[in-house]
Amino acid sequence: MSRVRTWALAPAGGLLILLFLIPMAIVTSYSWMTRGPYGGVAAPLTWENYARLFDPLYFSILIRSLVYAGIATGICVLMGFPLALFISRSGGRKNFYLGLVIVPFWTSFLVRTYAWMFLLRDTGLINTALQALGVIGEPLPLLYNPFAVMVGLVYGYLPFMVLPIFSTLERLDRSLLEAAADLGARPLDALFRITVPLCKPGILAGSVLVYISCLGAYLTPDLLGGGKTIMIGNLVQNQFTTARDWPFGAALSLILMLAVMALLLPLVRRGNEGLL
Amino acid sequence: MDAVLELSGVSKQYPGHLAVDNVSFPVPRGSLFALVGPSGCGKTSILRMIAGFEQPTAGELSLNGQRIEHLRPYERNVSTVFQSYALFPHLNVRQNIEFGLKRKGAKEFDGPVAKVMNLLRLAGKESRLPHQMSGGERQRVALARSLVIEPELLLLDEPLSALDPQLRKQVRLELKSLQRSVGITFLMVTHDQEEALSLSDGIAVMNRGKLEQVGTPREIYLKPASRFVAGFLGSVNWLGDVGVRPELTRVGHQPPGNGARSHPARVRAATFLGNCVHVHTELSHGAHITAEVPCDHIEVAAGQDVHVWWEPEDEIHLPESRA
Amino acid sequence: MSRWLSLYAVGAYAFLHLPLAVLAVFSFNSSRFTTWEGFSLTWYRAAFADTQLGEATINSFLIALAATVLATAAGTLCAYGLWKRGSKWITTSLYLSLVTPEIVIGIALLAFYQWMFRYLRIQLGMHTVILAHVMFSLAYVVTVVAARLRTFDASQEEAALDLGATEWQAFFHVTLPQLLPAVISAALLVFIVSFDDFVITSLVAGVDSETLPMVIYAMARRGFNPTVNAISTLIVVGLGVLIVAGERLREK
Repeated sequence: MSRVRTWALAPAGGLLILLFLIPMAIVTSYSWMTRGPYGGVAAPLTWENYARLFDPLYFSILIRSLVYAGIATGICVLMGFPLALFISRSGGRKNFYLGLVIVPFWTSFLVRTYAWMFLLRDTGLINTALQALGVIGEPLPLLYNPFAVMVGLVYGYLPFMVLPIFSTLERLDRSLLEAAADLGARPLDALFRITVPLCKPGILAGSVLVYISCLGAYLTPDLLGGGKTIMIGNLVQNQFTTARDWPFGAALSLILMLAVMALLLPLVRRGNEGLL
Repeated sequence: MDAVLELSGVSKQYPGHLAVDNVSFPVPRGSLFALVGPSGCGKTSILRMIAGFEQPTAGELSLNGQRIEHLRPYERNVSTVFQSYALFPHLNVRQNIEFGLKRKGAKEFDGPVAKVMNLLRLAGKESRLPHQMSGGERQRVALARSLVIEPELLLLDEPLSALDPQLRKQVRLELKSLQRSVGITFLMVTHDQEEALSLSDGIAVMNRGKLEQVGTPREIYLKPASRFVAGFLGSVNWLGDVGVRPELTRVGHQPPGNGARSHPARVRAATFLGNCVHVHTELSHGAHITAEVPCDHIEVAAGQDVHVWWEPEDEIHLPESRA
Repeated sequence: MSRWLSLYAVGAYAFLHLPLAVLAVFSFNSSRFTTWEGFSLTWYRAAFADTQLGEATINSFLIALAATVLATAAGTLCAYGLWKRGSKWITTSLYLSLVTPEIVIGIALLAFYQWMFRYLRIQLGMHTVILAHVMFSLAYVVTVVAARLRTFDASQEEAALDLGATEWQAFFHVTLPQLLPAVISAALLVFIVSFDDFVITSLVAGVDSETLPMVIYAMARRGFNPTVNAISTLIVVGLGVLIVAGERLREK
């Protein structure tokens, strides 16, 4: 049986080595190199690239990424929990309501981000409508600012919060709520004393997924932040394209990767990575 | 004795756990042989080693005198009826039954398939899918699927456990007559001692990976080799080194007076079970003796003084140290 | 409480769906401004007439098809191999490939391709995009197929071996037919993520392999153009159909 297993694993294993592990190893090694005269990398090994992370210019972008990801995660918890609760209590139409969360999630991320540009721009739907109603004279600056980035992040990753919370709610024993009611707890009491505490694993899983997605976001700050509100992802892309400073870009990538792995560790430890 | 299968010194070591410990026994050709024991005793591991799903860590397995440990499952002329039946859900009854014939490169399908389908009362159900059938029918498909390739040995893993209790007694009789009519050796694994005793020609009893005893149902029940075997196949009243089964124990208001062993006792309780009564008694020195007697045999009430007795030839002699 | 919850849900679903719905409605607007001036198919005509969009769409289709075939085959086999007996390093690598930010995967592949270019004279092009897509889709396929295998009764394969099938025959005649709904659903998923990918694709694409998302991105950055609304609506509807079909298959 081991022969079949070996052959079954060979194509995927080969692809992973060639196109994931080796590239990641190359990036890792680049992070200790020096920028070459024509872009690329050159010989002297150095910690310089890591030291530059503390340059105020870059450090502020790192901090901003952490803070934005945190705020977006917080908003997703507040918005996602009641939505998951609604779906889990919607009886026979559960799959339909869940589908309404999943389907837009899989449709083109680029198009979804573009849709917000369409709504938020100066001549976009919101400003045009408000002006037509006479609420405002001048268009509100809705696009190309932190607000737009935050809207885009929440909109983009809200389903990552809803799905794990929903699945813990589904596993919740209904009789616990009945017992709580039986012992005199009103619905809101039961919600905050029974449902929310028991949903902690789902909230934690959702928060980690949303947080790491936001931390690595590229397209949202790029399109909705308009190059002004950039995050780590944009900085990485910038080093590999226009700035042509690959070693620094590699160091940034590695830091981003390590942050993601550190955040995932509690989930993997709890054994609910739920993916493979 | 002509053995179709012979196990000698078979062991199976899992990491940190010896599942089968040096087991040897022959399975006589043409018999219905049962391998019994409590769950986790190693009987299923033995079945899986015979089928070829697992390899023994030591010992030999011979089928018709040929060593088979190194053969893959599809190279052994042995077939298994799985506990879950493992019917292929995407294939209909006929395709399930033909599966093995096709793999073995048979040229003629219709004859053998029709034969087993008639034998197992499946005629007319060729195009049903497994999920459209009852549990009993699925079991018959599983049997047909295995029998059609005419294995030297048919392995049955807990064949009756997935069936309703009412169906079980009927299927028990059917299995036995099926085995007689096809003449193939059946080796079944079960944890149900009543099933093993009533169905089989030979029994091997296992406990904690070790073989406890091999013999006919009668030998094993009446002359158990260990206290484990005695207790596993039925209840026993023990008085020191001597045991006697409750159904061979009598209760009377007077001592019997012939050569029987008799003890004065006091009734603790009498439990009515429909077809019999269990009379629980206590002897003067504190030992407990239970007698299983017919309902109309005797009227007793708790607290009454009676005599319990049995024939000396019904006694089982096993020293306590061999528990 | 349940009334408030339902009211909230209406708001939340509006937040999730209105942006795309508005985009779709205005793709039929006859004006190029954001005021409704009447129904028209002008922007759809413009989209179909645009040769750059047409070429990019063909590229996206070809890349997505190739990536789907390769990733589905490799991923299904991989899930099967892992089901037989796990492999720690493969599982870990797949998991990492799934959680690594897209931008990091993109630059890692770019660095790798550049390095290959130096030694093996390989150019960026369709093939580099396809290979990148196969790599990041593998984990999706393995996840979907492995989920189905978790409920698959291993004794069915044993029964097949027992009845004389070799391991590969057991796989092709017994296991694979029952995995098929999951495999198709995984293939649809790969097609969607491949067709839709922008971040990684834009980094590893060559001059001849501009994809539809790359063209849309360029148009979106350049300024407002209602043609983007039309093509976006087509993409959302097309992918939406595939997603619903895939979900249906997975529920089976």
